[in-house]
Formats: sequence, structure tokens, C-alpha cells
Amino acid sequence: MSNFEGADFFAIATRFVEAIPHVSELGIGVVSAAPGSAVIKLPYQNKLIGNPDTGVLHGGVITTLIDTVCGFAAFSDVGDGLPLATLDLRIDYLKPATPGIDLLAEGHTYKKTKSIMFVRATAYHDDPNDPIANCVCAFMRGTKGVQFVGSVRKKDAES
Amino acid sequence: MSSLIELVKSAKADGNPGAMDTAYPYAVYLGLQGSLLDDQLVYSLPFDNKIVGNPLLPAIHGGVVGAFLESVALMTLMWELDVVQLPKTIDITFDYLRSAGPKTTWAKAILTKRGRRVANVRVEAWQDDPQKPVAAAHGNFLTG
Repeated sequence: MSNFEGADFFAIATRFVEAIPHVSELGIGVVSAAPGSAVIKLPYQNKLIGNPDTGVLHGGVITTLIDTVCGFAAFSDVGDGLPLATLDLRIDYLKPATPGIDLLAEGHTYKKTKSIMFVRATAYHDDPNDPIANCVCAFMRGTKGVQFVGSVRKKDAES
Repeated sequence: MSSLIELVKSAKADGNPGAMDTAYPYAVYLGLQGSLLDDQLVYSLPFDNKIVGNPLLPAIHGGVVGAFLESVALMTLMWELDVVQLPKTIDITFDYLRSAGPKTTWAKAILTKRGRRVANVRVEAWQDDPQKPVAAAHGNFLTG
């Protein structure tokens, strides 16, 4: 049984991204969240440019966005609040991001085992069917760290 | 010629990879610094609170470690090959081996195969001991 039964996943996802200093520093925000999936958004910023001649964002920024959305998808699907760690992550770059436009990433789990969470993700601007990058990754469950407690439940959030 | 490639060419002519540290804004944001050690290009990523992914351990964000590895692959490609534009990452796989703690991270890349259009690169990052890498990556890059 998930600890997040009846929880407000948008609120949990928002707390999840705000608790990560680097993610919060980049201004990444939650668009939508559900058990085992989420969509998050990175605002375009000049400091993240990887090609000064075109203004295209550095691929590494896409890695950060995708790692974060996959981490939340795995975390919210497991539901035990225990920490996870990225084991590996593969990204295919399908086309360059368009300069000046916010970047979205959608991630969802597709297999859960006792030790491992398998997650897929894409990064895109406005059409998930026209992705900039595709990703598959695996997370190790129950790694070192502190358990996430005090999940934001619907009744707590409303009171 | 693009301003980026001009910068790379002049850095290579001077034998000074440090001149490429300002090649693009994201490298400046992370504070990447390149130097030559026995003819091998080695990069450092200084620790800063803004790159923390897990404040409880604390550990550097996996995305930043990945970005560092990809950057080192790209810089090494430009240093070792005569490219006319910034190489494009086709695909890259990151293995996270140990958590990267709040200290300087180092990385170096090896060109495992240079083809006519595609180069295959391996990169390793470590903190205290190069024999205990914190992360590794391998990727294919379009160079022509």
C-alpha cells in the first residue's frame, strides 16, 4: 500500500522539486503530477546556453530536467518515501531545442521491481509527439538517505 | 567561421585549453576549468551549493554530473579533432557509480573511435581517487 494513498501529487511534486537546491535554482516548476508520472518545466535562460552561435541550450541541462522528472516518477510510484538513486540514464538527442522557448519533460515509470524502478521520459516544447530528447533510465530503490515523511494529503492540503 | 570555433582554434594554437573555459555560457555557469596533464585534457567542476541535488547527503545533482561528463566529451572532441562546428550529441549513457560529494569533481575523456562522421567517446569522473570513479559516460557524437 502506498503511503501516498489519496495524496495531492501536484503538492508532493512541488515540494520534491523545491527541496532540490539545483532544481530550484534553475526555476524548474511542476506542470502536472500523478502516481508514477509527471510533467515539469524549465524556463529558457541565457546562462544555460550550450552553443553561443545559435543560443541552443546545453544538452546537460536537458539531462538535469529529465533526471529530475524521472526521479519524481519513480519516487511517487514506489510510494514508500524511501530515497532512490539513478543507476543509469541514456538520452537520445532527436533534434535541437529551439532558443528562447521553455522546455518541458514528461516522465513515467513502466516497470517496478523490489530493487529497481524503470522509467521513460521525453523532453519537448509544446508537442509531446515531437520530442527533442528521449530517455530511458533505471533507479535503485531504498538507497542511503532520509525517508520522505509528512506527505501532503488532500485533507491536510485543504484544511 | 563561428565565434566558438574561432575560440577553440586560438586555444589550440596557444596550447592553452583554459582559453576554452568560456566557450559557452553553461560552461561558465558551472565553472568548468580545463588543463593539460601529460598531454591529457582534464577538467574540474568546482563544488557550489547551487549544484546540490540531495541536500541531506549532500550530493551533487546527477543532472549536473551528467552535464559535466557531456561537456568534457564535447571539449575533448573539439581539442583533438579539427571540427568546423560544435559536435552534436547523438546519444549518451551515464552510469552513476557513487554519490558525488561536496568537493571538486574531475573528469577526462577518451576518444574510443573517430569515424568520418561519428566519434565514440568515453568519459570518467572522480573526486579523490581516479580509481574510484563517481560516474562514467559513453556517447556518440556527430562531428562532420
